[in-house]
Amino acid sequence: MEKSNNILARLDWVTVILWLAMMIMGWLNIYAAVYNEQHTSIFDMSQRYGKQLIFIIAAIILAVMVMVTDNKLWFFFAWFIYGFFILLLILVLVIGKEINGARAWFGVGAFSIQPSEFAKFATGLALASYLNSKRQLLGIREMIAATAIIIAPVLLIAVQPDMGSVVTYFAFFVVLYREGMSIWVFITAILAVALFLLTLILGNLPVAIGLLVVAAIALLVTSGYLLTLKAAAVMAVTGGMAFLIGNYILDLDTVLIIVLAVFLAGVVYAWFIYRLRMVNQAIIYAFLLGGLLYLFTVDYAFHEVLKPHQQTRINIMLGMEDDPFGEGYNLNQSLISIGSGGFAGKGYLNGTQTKFKFVPEQSTDFIFCTVGEEWGFIGSTVVTGLFVWLLLRLMMMAERQRTTFVRAYGYGVFGLFLVHFFVNIGMTIGVMPVIGIPLPFFSYGGSSLWGFTMLLFIFLRLDAGRTEYLG
Amino acid sequence: MKDRFANRKYFIMALVLLAAVVLIARLFYIQIVDKTYRVSAANNALRPVTQYPARGLIYDRNGKLIVYNQAAYDLLVIPVQTSAFDTTRFNEVLGITMDDFKSRMKAAVSYSRRAPSVFMKMISSETYAVLQEELYRFPGFYVQARTLRKYTRPVAAHLMGYVGEVDNKLIAKDRYYRSGDYIGVSGIEKSYEEHLRGRKGVNIFLVDVHNNIKGSYAEGRYDTVAIPGTNLWSTIDLTLQEYGERLMQNKTGSIVAIEPSTGEILTLVSSPTYDPSLLVGRVRSENFTALQADTVKPLFDRALMASYPPGSTFKIMNGLIGLQENVIKPTSLFSCSNGYHAGSLTVGCHSHASPLNLPQAVAQSCNAWFCNAFRNILENPASGSIQDSFDKWRAYLVAFGFGNKMGIDLPNELSGNIPTRSYYDRYYGKDRWKALTVISLAIGQGEIGATPLQMANMAAVIANRGSFYIPHVVKKIGDNGTPSPLYTQKYITGISPENFLPVIEGMEGAVNGGPGSTARGARLDSIIICGKTGTAQNPHGKDHSIFVAFAPKDDPKIAIAVYVENAGFGSTFAAPIASLMIEKYLTDDIKRKYLEDHVLNMVIKPSGKEQ
Repeated sequence: MEKSNNILARLDWVTVILWLAMMIMGWLNIYAAVYNEQHTSIFDMSQRYGKQLIFIIAAIILAVMVMVTDNKLWFFFAWFIYGFFILLLILVLVIGKEINGARAWFGVGAFSIQPSEFAKFATGLALASYLNSKRQLLGIREMIAATAIIIAPVLLIAVQPDMGSVVTYFAFFVVLYREGMSIWVFITAILAVALFLLTLILGNLPVAIGLLVVAAIALLVTSGYLLTLKAAAVMAVTGGMAFLIGNYILDLDTVLIIVLAVFLAGVVYAWFIYRLRMVNQAIIYAFLLGGLLYLFTVDYAFHEVLKPHQQTRINIMLGMEDDPFGEGYNLNQSLISIGSGGFAGKGYLNGTQTKFKFVPEQSTDFIFCTVGEEWGFIGSTVVTGLFVWLLLRLMMMAERQRTTFVRAYGYGVFGLFLVHFFVNIGMTIGVMPVIGIPLPFFSYGGSSLWGFTMLLFIFLRLDAGRTEYLG
Repeated sequence: MKDRFANRKYFIMALVLLAAVVLIARLFYIQIVDKTYRVSAANNALRPVTQYPARGLIYDRNGKLIVYNQAAYDLLVIPVQTSAFDTTRFNEVLGITMDDFKSRMKAAVSYSRRAPSVFMKMISSETYAVLQEELYRFPGFYVQARTLRKYTRPVAAHLMGYVGEVDNKLIAKDRYYRSGDYIGVSGIEKSYEEHLRGRKGVNIFLVDVHNNIKGSYAEGRYDTVAIPGTNLWSTIDLTLQEYGERLMQNKTGSIVAIEPSTGEILTLVSSPTYDPSLLVGRVRSENFTALQADTVKPLFDRALMASYPPGSTFKIMNGLIGLQENVIKPTSLFSCSNGYHAGSLTVGCHSHASPLNLPQAVAQSCNAWFCNAFRNILENPASGSIQDSFDKWRAYLVAFGFGNKMGIDLPNELSGNIPTRSYYDRYYGKDRWKALTVISLAIGQGEIGATPLQMANMAAVIANRGSFYIPHVVKKIGDNGTPSPLYTQKYITGISPENFLPVIEGMEGAVNGGPGSTARGARLDSIIICGKTGTAQNPHGKDHSIFVAFAPKDDPKIAIAVYVENAGFGSTFAAPIASLMIEKYLTDDIKRKYLEDHVLNMVIKPSGKEQ
């Protein structure tokens, strides 16, 4: 009794209250989203809001159950839990139920359970456990191992296929960053994303030329104009050769000719770089060639790996395509819903867009439309604010841990909530492409609610026991 | 452990704040700065009104209109846009009951709550007039204009086919079609669907909560214009088609007439038939059920789908193959003593002079002669074995279009049947069969089956002295178009032109010769018709009467096959019908009124199922 009192006293009640508030607000908005005159009782169990109430009660029970566990359990069984959910992800591919073309669900009576929602906390635990056992500066070997822990569930989920859930796993790189991942990984990733978007917007050729210009400027700054001129002269000669080969022998397009020219020039530079030990110049050259080759990967990935509807969604987000009755339908309707909410909103249950059900998936992935339409800018800001509060609270809690294990796990929870929060709200207002992931504690659905509750309360439990020694 | 990276938390915190700033800035912009979304929301009930293009018209070979369009109206509903309204008045206008209303509404909702579905199809112009005035009282409902098929003459039902509603399976497969769309289900309507249907257009309107159209969405940026369907010029001679159907009334069977020089089908009659306008509009499903239940099977297209043994008409083929293989000569004489006798086997024949040469044997349809010829073909010493000769024999038939689908531009064609070597191997044991085992093939009986279309094509090949174009029913796609390239390619059968001459001489003799000729009833004074009678044995009842012919003998203009089921000998029934058809086509006039009356008055009750 004394111990449980102890836990209650140490429990982070701010987070618990935020959690409860979000679930209740979500529930009220689900009621508004599926509201119709025939079923007005908010407790009608045949309707989604009725079911969501059951899910919420079950989530509270689940939270209590997590709180009464011993916090050593999560540390010692981290790998076991991870393995168990990896097995479930394999199993769901075999005996899972197919809904909307994805084999992501176990059918249990009238309900369906989505193991990928639970695999998130399992992955968080395993990753935290791994990082706990390593020194903090992550070398290449640690990075590979950590990435493998993250990638295993990602690959299984990609097979389902559920690309939305795949995206959320990138959240774990926040953990790696906090725990000492090289800053260069981050910079490279940001550059890669920027190049990707630039290539899609501007096309291959301008970006290729841009890369050449940037390389030249970098060379000028680091090595002075003489060396830059020499390098440019070499480039001019190899460029001419590449043009002759590309145009008359191999029939290459302009961008490929540039790549060929840079490659040929590299052979010449390599000798100087080796002789004169020119490290800066070598790095600049590597970035140039790498960037050019990456352009092709982008092109290929975009056109060959992504499905046409995914390409369209990205193009719509970049403002390059307009398709209000096809792939853009959801976004267009979602923007109208939220935009028409104005400053103060249309009032609870008065959303016309909501009532006419223009936005599909409005109780699940597009629940934020109801918030935006009926509660306006005030409501949207309050919800955004609640999430920011929760996120900062989680950060603060993670930072007060004495073990790497709990801190890393806490940052995993933080990262997942950050990605879900930003991508979900972002897609409803057109700053992110349409990726079907739920808004934590708001969207309709038992699996995601329970998955997020587990994720959060394991951290709360570990946090409550932060003074105890884990091992 | 010392935490070397504690400072990184500030960067992560900055990330959170950046995310929040991005979202709130964007929310501020769309919710407060940009007013267009509020306007859109007020007019957000977008109503896509499909513009249905007129289906292409179908003309006959001389430019006479056969199929055209009439206006009709569909009432559509978008379930999510409906709200409480006076259902009693609504049902009164449409003339439906409350239960009917509920079941239609339920069907619409189960298709989609957000997408329009057809609430009631093809309402009449009168109902439309009343409904249009009161439509503002029924939010969520609107009317869409459609076209229905209309026919100038109640003929050529099998050929033209009919138009029906797309089923859900097709909607799932082909993105062009939506619930309630029409599609060609049979005949030319089906095989040329992609040309006839044109391209749907769509107008997207903004509709307010009172069901009033507020204008075009986004200044019509997403509207598309309907493109009308392509007109088709069929190869059919409408007058001849109508005449053929008249001649075949009260009889079961079919007529296929082809222009030999092009492969264009002049007439494609399947009897009994039905009035094509029975399968148009709201009465379609009811009439379709009735036609389907009819014991004489009016929906069954006998010209393409009935496979009969060709009987004696097939002797022509054995004569031609024998000549080409050099195992008989035009002058070869075989005697006949009331049949062909080999050991215990006898193939009976009628009484006629003996011995006969090839032209005489064709003219008098001697069974014994062709049993001998067929035996010579199979026992050809130049081949390795009976079976190898059989393969060769079969190859000739396949080159004529037998045993496979001909590839006509109509759906549901059957391939008929020419047995294969392996079929007999299975039946009798490998290579354990002889010419005498399969001797019935000599006179077109046994396992062999051919459709009237294939028989007409055979007549066309003979008329052309060895070549043909695949028979087809559309000669121009578009008013200045061409036929599909499939039908401008000439096929060679591998029988030399000179080998046709004695056979044609025999066919001429069959119609125009002296005593013993089998088809003198088909004779015309003005034109030389070449023909061959046949009788297909029918295990279910009286034999079928067959006649294949072409005319005139030189530079033939028409090749024809006529089948009359359960009518007995070919000479008695099929031959006069073919003769009248030829006369009608070549002279546009019937001189032999007595013969026409005789044919029209013939009533042949089907005495069993067709084979």
